[in-house]
Amino acid sequence: MINIDAKNHVRGTSIYLDDIQEIHGTLFAQPFCAPVAHAKINRINLEPAMAMEGVVAIFTRSDIPGANQIGGIVPDEPLFAEDEIHFWGQPIGLVVGTSEQICRLARKKIEIDFSELPVVTDPRKAARNDSLIVPPRTFNTGNVEDAWEQCEHIFSGRVEVNGQEHLYIEGQGAYAWPKEDDSIYIASSTQGPTAVQRTAAAVLGLPMHKVEVNVQRLGGGFGGKEDQATAWAVMAALAAKKLQKPVKISLHRMDDMMMTGKRHPYSSDYRIGLSKELKILAYEVTHYQNAGAAADLSPAVLERTLFHSTNAYFVPNVRATAYSCRTNLPPNTAFRGFGGPQGKFIIESAIARAASALKVPADHIQKRNLLSEGDVMPYGQKMTEALAKETWEQCAREFDLEKIRQEINEFNATNPRYKKGLAVQPICFGISFTNTMMNHARALVHVYTDGSVVVSTGAVEMGQGVNTKLLQVAAERFGISSDRVKLESTNTLRIANTSPTAASAGADLNGKALEIACDRILSRLKKAAAEKLNAGEIKLANERVVADGEISDMDWEQLVGLAFSKRISLSEHAHYATPNIHFDKKREKGHPFAYHVYGTAIITAVVDCLTGTYEIDRVKLVHDCGKSMNLPVDNGQIEGGLVQGIGWLTLEELLYDEKGKLLSNALSTYKIPDMYSVPGEITIRHYETEGHELAIKKSKAVGEPPLMYGLGAYFAIRNAVTAFNPSADLAINAPYTPEKVLMDLYKKGGGQEKEAVHEAKQTELY
Amino acid sequence: MLHFVLNDREVKTAANPATTLLDFIRYDANLRGTKIGCREGDCGACTVLLGSVENGEIRYENCTSCLTPLANAHGRHVVTVEGLNMSELNRAQEAMVSHSGTQCGFCTPGFVVSLCGYALNPDTSLSRTAKDAVDGNICRCTGYKSIERAADQLQEELDNLGEAKTVDKLIDKRFIPAYFRDIPQLLAQIERHAFKHRGKQPVGGGTDLYVQKHDEMPFMEVAFPFKHQNGTRIWKEGDRCHMAPLCTASDMMKAPFLNESIPNWYDYMKLVSSNPIRNTGTVAGNLVNASPIGDLTAMLLALNAEITLKDPGDQERTIPLRSFYLDYKKLSKTPEELISRTSFDIPTTGKFNFEKVCKRKYLDIASVNAAALLEEKNGVIFKASFSVGGVSPIPLYLHKTSEYVKGRELTERTILEAAEVLQSEISPISDARGSAEYKRLLASQLFKAHFLNLFPSQIKMSELV
Ligand SMILES: Cc1cc2nc3c(=O)[nH]c(=O)nc-3n(C[C@H](O)[C@H](O)[C@H](O)COP(=O)(O)OP(=O)(O)OC[C@H]3O[C@@H](n4cnc5c(N)ncnc54)[C@H](O)[C@@H]3O)c2cc1C
Ligand code: FES
Ligand code: FES
Repeated sequence: MINIDAKNHVRGTSIYLDDIQEIHGTLFAQPFCAPVAHAKINRINLEPAMAMEGVVAIFTRSDIPGANQIGGIVPDEPLFAEDEIHFWGQPIGLVVGTSEQICRLARKKIEIDFSELPVVTDPRKAARNDSLIVPPRTFNTGNVEDAWEQCEHIFSGRVEVNGQEHLYIEGQGAYAWPKEDDSIYIASSTQGPTAVQRTAAAVLGLPMHKVEVNVQRLGGGFGGKEDQATAWAVMAALAAKKLQKPVKISLHRMDDMMMTGKRHPYSSDYRIGLSKELKILAYEVTHYQNAGAAADLSPAVLERTLFHSTNAYFVPNVRATAYSCRTNLPPNTAFRGFGGPQGKFIIESAIARAASALKVPADHIQKRNLLSEGDVMPYGQKMTEALAKETWEQCAREFDLEKIRQEINEFNATNPRYKKGLAVQPICFGISFTNTMMNHARALVHVYTDGSVVVSTGAVEMGQGVNTKLLQVAAERFGISSDRVKLESTNTLRIANTSPTAASAGADLNGKALEIACDRILSRLKKAAAEKLNAGEIKLANERVVADGEISDMDWEQLVGLAFSKRISLSEHAHYATPNIHFDKKREKGHPFAYHVYGTAIITAVVDCLTGTYEIDRVKLVHDCGKSMNLPVDNGQIEGGLVQGIGWLTLEELLYDEKGKLLSNALSTYKIPDMYSVPGEITIRHYETEGHELAIKKSKAVGEPPLMYGLGAYFAIRNAVTAFNPSADLAINAPYTPEKVLMDLYKKGGGQEKEAVHEAKQTELY
Repeated sequence: MLHFVLNDREVKTAANPATTLLDFIRYDANLRGTKIGCREGDCGACTVLLGSVENGEIRYENCTSCLTPLANAHGRHVVTVEGLNMSELNRAQEAMVSHSGTQCGFCTPGFVVSLCGYALNPDTSLSRTAKDAVDGNICRCTGYKSIERAADQLQEELDNLGEAKTVDKLIDKRFIPAYFRDIPQLLAQIERHAFKHRGKQPVGGGTDLYVQKHDEMPFMEVAFPFKHQNGTRIWKEGDRCHMAPLCTASDMMKAPFLNESIPNWYDYMKLVSSNPIRNTGTVAGNLVNASPIGDLTAMLLALNAEITLKDPGDQERTIPLRSFYLDYKKLSKTPEELISRTSFDIPTTGKFNFEKVCKRKYLDIASVNAAALLEEKNGVIFKASFSVGGVSPIPLYLHKTSEYVKGRELTERTILEAAEVLQSEISPISDARGSAEYKRLLASQLFKAHFLNLFPSQIKMSELV
């Protein structure tokens, strides 16, 4: 089934936040922010801005009736700066006026007098200063200390991996208006309507039942609107409440990029030990996560980094430690993969450098260490229905890995200017919020007397196709045509206390709740039908009642009419909580994930060794969707995720200067993939299984995992560079921009800054 | 009074001519299908079509409405996604739906508009494929493959139409709605009274101004000194190419005589911005903007172009482009002088090459760009002019390097020695487009690339590293 929104999308009739028809008298607002990354505010002069015609009000922290606090996990983030500024772009206040243009001109006239304080952008420096968001955490398994002795080869080094701007094409925004009785309505472009509701209530000093949050859809989220859509929604609500007028905020792109956090940059130290047979015996890693100026979701992101520090490999002795470091960057936040990609990238880097030093293809090491059924991960979960080896083998076989390798070797032998590189990228990604408490959802279903059905859940549609999947669930459950089902907006009055739509779990959690709701209505309907038709077993199929295996005269509409006339409820509100999951943070052990998603990709790249430019040639992958309930949607997630992952590790370069100012602050300086920069070919195969019980309709979550195939792009390019410049010891510092590639192509030898240290004697291999 | 056709309706408006077409469409005309993604011409969410009558025929081009001053819509047909809707889906829409070319949908109207514009544009010989038509559209969700498949399908359907893709045929086959038939008539009525607006700040296409002075432009006294319709914007006299003030990068890209004389001309020009930006950004604007990294500037420097400057008293003077740039954004012209013509000799025997490296190959600003015009005979280079961008405060003509190469043998040694001279002429700085060290290395590499590309049988890569 094609995405149910597609027809409206192509006609331009889908309604996004900025498309809501303005209510008469609507005012517009724009935040104004810190022009420096760390400073004490001495004085703010609003007068020149207030004096401008069209400016209605300017709000700062002193105008907040409730708490000036929007922090989710840790209460460390004010809505408007207090006495101190902690990052460049931190909102200080909100200008409200009769037009957006007026507000933007007015805010330029606001004078902020401040005294600068030292700026820290380096997470390691923050860690040295003990400037941490939360205490560090360590995941331990086996005994690394003892294991080093058994290793034939030990390598250690440092890896830098930069952040990533979400670049949802629809920027952040919100529109709020006052309702009677001191209540407020907020239209928000958020993945987390409940977070917006809770925070707005606290800031406005209202009980949550006076705040209604409605989300129609998002023009992309990717995690960037999980926590960070909240501030704008709360600001709009604050202004609407204060002025008793509708107030709308749409951030311009540069403001959006400057004021919001991104994927976390990590700086990590690794030590990896291998046996003679290339088995990874020990892995030790210390992650320094650049959290930015406030906690936001960083502690949770950090946790997922630890969960995924060994990717799809089984390593018997692991010690993984992570520090969440407070710096003067915008608070970094959720981004597709949620710390998992960084954790995986570090171990892949360790393997790549071991492979370079040992002069074997990295995939020889990767393959020997893939996890198997029954392996226990460092976090204590025993892997079941494990498919790491299976997807790898299908991928290598079906796409003929050895032939690709041979072709590349031949190409490289005869081509002085262009070199090709190959990488294999396995993935294993755990599905569930790592915070067990968040793994539940609700669904509300009404069947109307004409037989039409409306569904509300806590899931937010942002292009991932969750509404399409939910519609499939309801239509299938009731045995009716999908035309009868409508998916409603996500609204806190209809569905309360939701978890954000995140962690790839939206369709699973909300879909399972929806199944329960449908089934309850269905069982009442069946009972009514059974009585009426004097039948034992009732089924519904193709809009008809099937009684004891016979298609009856009664159709869906008649059945609904019958039930209504018998005063049977045609509505249901159901709740679902993922079973069997738990995690003990004290021991850092448990069973945090409902299941895992696996897959393997082969990625090839070609580098122009004269100019340092490159193309990702081909990606061929085998992915585990379980039993896909919607191939067009799932394949779309795979392609889109893959390309986003490739972008992160190749073109997309976040640049802050030493004063903490974002330099890559527009689409002209921050480049995401365009149509020409994506792989020439993407071939997707599915690993066929019966699917997983805890996945909706046995169709596994697909939002995040495919992003991590993109890691292979880095290593494919690296291998091509090595083919041109075999003697250089190449540091790993993602993204691999054409600049870094060119510098590496012409880097002389190992020399001065030896990044990878080979600590043990090198011996003959196998 | 501005007068144009918006979808199927005539619009007469006293709205501020310096406001963007995007704001007019969304907030004055209340058509919300056109989206805002960046307001910088870089995402294509705001794409609309502009149709103009040229030589009796109506031609449609896509443009980014976020950078288009409303004034530039005067006398034209503005088409938004709403203006492409019919009761059923049109062909481009259908292709996008059936290949799942839309996820969150925010970029989608822009893609649909670009694809329909391609279907409408009779000049398919140079745009090549439907895929190239969406080079200015960015999507963050799909990874593009599904959109590519949709574009391929549309291409196939267009190919099936046969040679003459008349408007009637396009309407008949559901590529565009029926009202397109009536547009030429509507436009013909507007032609007669041209729009005049005088102010201090002259605007060409607006693609630099509306990025640099985004908040201020709507409040500025702007001038649109050039008449938009008709007239030839690029032409050839003997072996000389001339360009009028409103000659766009697209005009230059598609000029048949340039494509005939300069191998790979189309591919070089494709490295410049994107379709919608090339369709609106002018050559003169690129020269006056004086960005050290201007692509057209770099090309025209190597091509030894001349510019003619005209003052308000209609006095004209012609100077070599090489002497136009004095210092960072300082030009040898008065603020009132306008470029009335740009001209250069079309290379006949000389070989031209253009190189550009950025983070992303297309729709990106160069870290370093470089152009060369070389003429060789019997193994000796007797004419050489090189330019390079991104390594100096001004778009740089490489005087010394060009002089050095002239008269020398075409050998790897000459190239390596000349690269040393080049290094003495440049002074790159570190910024978001790369470190100074990188740009130095890259400038030399691109210099070598000229020779490798132009003389592949004489010059070996292995001798140049
Ligand atoms: C997304 C995007 C991508 C881009 N990519 C590239 C690229 O790849 N390569 C590149 O080189 N450029 C690029 N540009 C820059 C821009 O498109 C070009 O510089 C364009 O040629 C400018 O022309 P314009 O008519 O739009 O200029 P305007 O913005 O209209 O004007 C620019 C300046 O020129 C002046 N001016 C205009 N015409 C005249 C005239 N006839 N006489 C005197 N002064 C005049 C104006 O007063 C103004 O000062 C890009 C721009 C955008 C928005
Ligand atoms: S809004 Fe992005 S190109 Fe116009
Ligand atoms: S579908 Fe979301 S940006 Fe293209």
